Amino acid sequence: MSQDTLFDKVWDLHKVSRLRGGSDQIFIGLHLIHEVTSPQAFGALKDKNLKVKFPDRTVATVDHIVPTDNQSRPFKDNLAEQMIETLENNCLEHKIRFFNIGSGNQGIVHVVAPELGLTQPGMTIACGDSHTSTHGAFGSIAFGIGTSQVRDVLASQTIAMNKLKVRQIWCENKLSNGVYAKDLVLHIINKLGVKAGVGFAYEFAGPAIDALSMEERMTICNMSIEGGARCGYINPDEKTFSYIKNKFCAPKNQHWEKALTWWKSLKSDENSIYDDVIKLDASKVEPTVTWGITPGQSISINQQIPLLDDLSPNDKLVAKEAYEYMSFNPGQSIKDTPVDVCFIGSCTNGRISDLRVAAKVLKDKKVSKNVKAFVVPGSEKVANEAKQEGLDQIFKDSGFQWREPGCSMCLAMNSDKLIGNQVSASSSNRNFKGRQGSPSGRTLLMSPAMVAAAAINGKVSDVREFIN
Amino acid sequence: MKSEFTPPIGKIIQINGQCIALIGNDIDTDRIIPARFLKCVNFDSLGESVFEDDRETLKGKHPFDLEDNKNASILIVNSNFGCGSSREHAPQALMRWGIKAIIGESFADIFYSNCIAIGIPCFTLTKKSIEEIQNYCENKFLFLEIDLKKSSAKSKNLNFNLEIKESSRKMFLSGEWDATSTLLENENLIENKFKQLPYIKFNTN
Repeated sequence: MSQDTLFDKVWDLHKVSRLRGGSDQIFIGLHLIHEVTSPQAFGALKDKNLKVKFPDRTVATVDHIVPTDNQSRPFKDNLAEQMIETLENNCLEHKIRFFNIGSGNQGIVHVVAPELGLTQPGMTIACGDSHTSTHGAFGSIAFGIGTSQVRDVLASQTIAMNKLKVRQIWCENKLSNGVYAKDLVLHIINKLGVKAGVGFAYEFAGPAIDALSMEERMTICNMSIEGGARCGYINPDEKTFSYIKNKFCAPKNQHWEKALTWWKSLKSDENSIYDDVIKLDASKVEPTVTWGITPGQSISINQQIPLLDDLSPNDKLVAKEAYEYMSFNPGQSIKDTPVDVCFIGSCTNGRISDLRVAAKVLKDKKVSKNVKAFVVPGSEKVANEAKQEGLDQIFKDSGFQWREPGCSMCLAMNSDKLIGNQVSASSSNRNFKGRQGSPSGRTLLMSPAMVAAAAINGKVSDVREFIN
Repeated sequence: MKSEFTPPIGKIIQINGQCIALIGNDIDTDRIIPARFLKCVNFDSLGESVFEDDRETLKGKHPFDLEDNKNASILIVNSNFGCGSSREHAPQALMRWGIKAIIGESFADIFYSNCIAIGIPCFTLTKKSIEEIQNYCENKFLFLEIDLKKSSAKSKNLNFNLEIKESSRKMFLSGEWDATSTLLENENLIENKFKQLPYIKFNTN
C-alpha cells in the first residue's frame, strides 16, 4: 500500500466515506463534460428526477463530433448537430458553464481546461473520456469515467471507486535532441506493456520529467491510459505554478499565495512508499513509431518490426493479428514505410508547442505530393496563438491543410477519416484497428515532429535528419 | 438481436446462460463499438452494432454472428479486454446484444467500472481455465450457472472458482451497483467535504 505520495494525499483529502461494499466515495473537484458521453447521463438524471448538485463544479465544451472544415451551424451532419444541441440545452437547463464554438475557449476538453487554468494541483478531476489522465500533469488526480459515473458526478459530485495502487516511473537523464515526450511515453508503454497499469496510478518522476515543459508533461500523462493506468500524474513544481498563473480561472490576488502554499505541500514526500518503482534511462530513447494495433507495439525509427520469436508468449497473439492487419512482415524496417495521410492534432499532441515543433520542421519545405496532410489545433486558443505566430502560414505553404479545432481524426467521429487501408502518420494516441475511421485503416503513432518529417518525405523518416 | 431488451435492476445473485467465446488479447472498446456509433443521444440501438467492423471483416464467421451463439449471455474473453476509450457505449452494446456477465483473464479499469455501473458482473480466471472454457465452447454448447454468493461457475462437467473484486460482489448482492442513490445517502458528508476543500475557497473568481 502506497503512503504519503501525492496520490495518497489527494485521494484521502477527497474521500467522503467508505461505502458499504468497501469502495471509497470520492468527491470530484472538477467535472468536465462533452457532447458524446454526457447526453445519456443527463437523461438518467431526468429519469431519476434528480438535479445537478454543484453546477459550478462542471464545465462543458464540444470537441469529438465538431467538423474541422466548416463549423457553421447547423452542422451538415444531422446527428452531430443533434448532439451539440443536446449539450447546449443540457448546459442551459442545468446552468453549467459551456465553452461553445466561437467563444474563443472551445476545443478538446483536455486542451481547454489546462489553458483556462481550471486544471490545478491537488484537485480530483473526472471526465467521460479516458484521456482525462492528461490533467495529472499538474499534480491533480484525474481519470476517465463512463456515462453512468458522469450521471453520479452530476447528481452527487462523487463517485464510488477503489483506491488505486501507485507505481513510480523514474526517468533518468534527459531526452536527446529530436526526441520528444511522445517518444518517451511510447517507449514507457512498450517497456511496461499496455496492461501493466491496470489497478495503478502512474507517478512520472525523475530528471527527464522535471526537464519537460507543462505541455510535454501533459503528453506523458495523457497516454497513461494507453499503458493501462487510468490515472497518471507528475508532482507540481515551479513550472506548474507559472503555467497556471494569470490564466483565466487561476486563483487571483490574495488567493494566489494561499493556493501556492497549499500546492507546494502536495508533492510526494521524499520517503513516501510506492507499490512499485520502475527506472529507465530517458537518454536512450529514440524517435519512436508504432507498427501494430496497440500503442505498446512500437519500435525506434531504426529498428525492425519484431519477429514472433523475439516476443514474450503473451505478446504473440496480438502481434500475429497486427502483422496481418498492418500488412507488415516481421523483421521489416519501419523507416521508409510509405504514408498516405499525415495528421497533427489531438489531446496528446495538438497544443501550441506541438504546432511550433512541427512548423519548424516544415518551414520552407513541401509536403510530398502523395500525402494528404492536415493540422487540427487543439483549441481556439491554440489556433489563435498559432496564427499570431504565423504558424498557420508555414503549414499552409508546406501543403498542410489548416483546420478548425476539435478531436478530428484521432477517433474520426466527424468527417475526417482514413479511406480503405490508407496508412496514417498520426500525432494522436491510438492505433487500434479501425480507430481513424476506416475499418481497414492503418495508424502509425509518432511525435508531431516525426509526422512533419513523414509528410515531407512521403514515408516514415527520422526527424533528426531535418533538425540537426 | 433477441427479444426486447430489459436492463437489470436490483440484486444480481445468479446468472445462468450459454457461453460465447471471443479469443484475443487487448480487444479495445473501439472494436467493441466503433466511434461512428457513438453519434447518438441514447444507447438503445447499440446492440446490433456491437463488433460491427470485426464482424464485417469475418463475413458471418464472427462469434457474435454464429447461429449457435445467438442465445448466449456469458462472454468468455482473454486479457485486457475493453482497453482504450472510456465509452460506456461498449458494455451497453454488449448488454443490449444479450451479454449478462463476462469471464476473462483480465479487464481494463474503466471498462470494468462501466460494467459494474450498469449491472454486468466481470469475473477473472486463470489463462489456463479461460482457454479450457474457450476450447470447450468451440465444439459444444456450454451452459454455466454463475453464483455470486459463492463466486463460482459450474456446468455438468466443469467447475470454477471465479475471482471478483469483493466490493463489486457485495454491490451486486445488495443491489447497490446502481450507485447514485447510495452516494446521495451521504449528502451531508458531501456538503461538508465541499466546504473543507482548500481550492473551492481560492477559486471564487
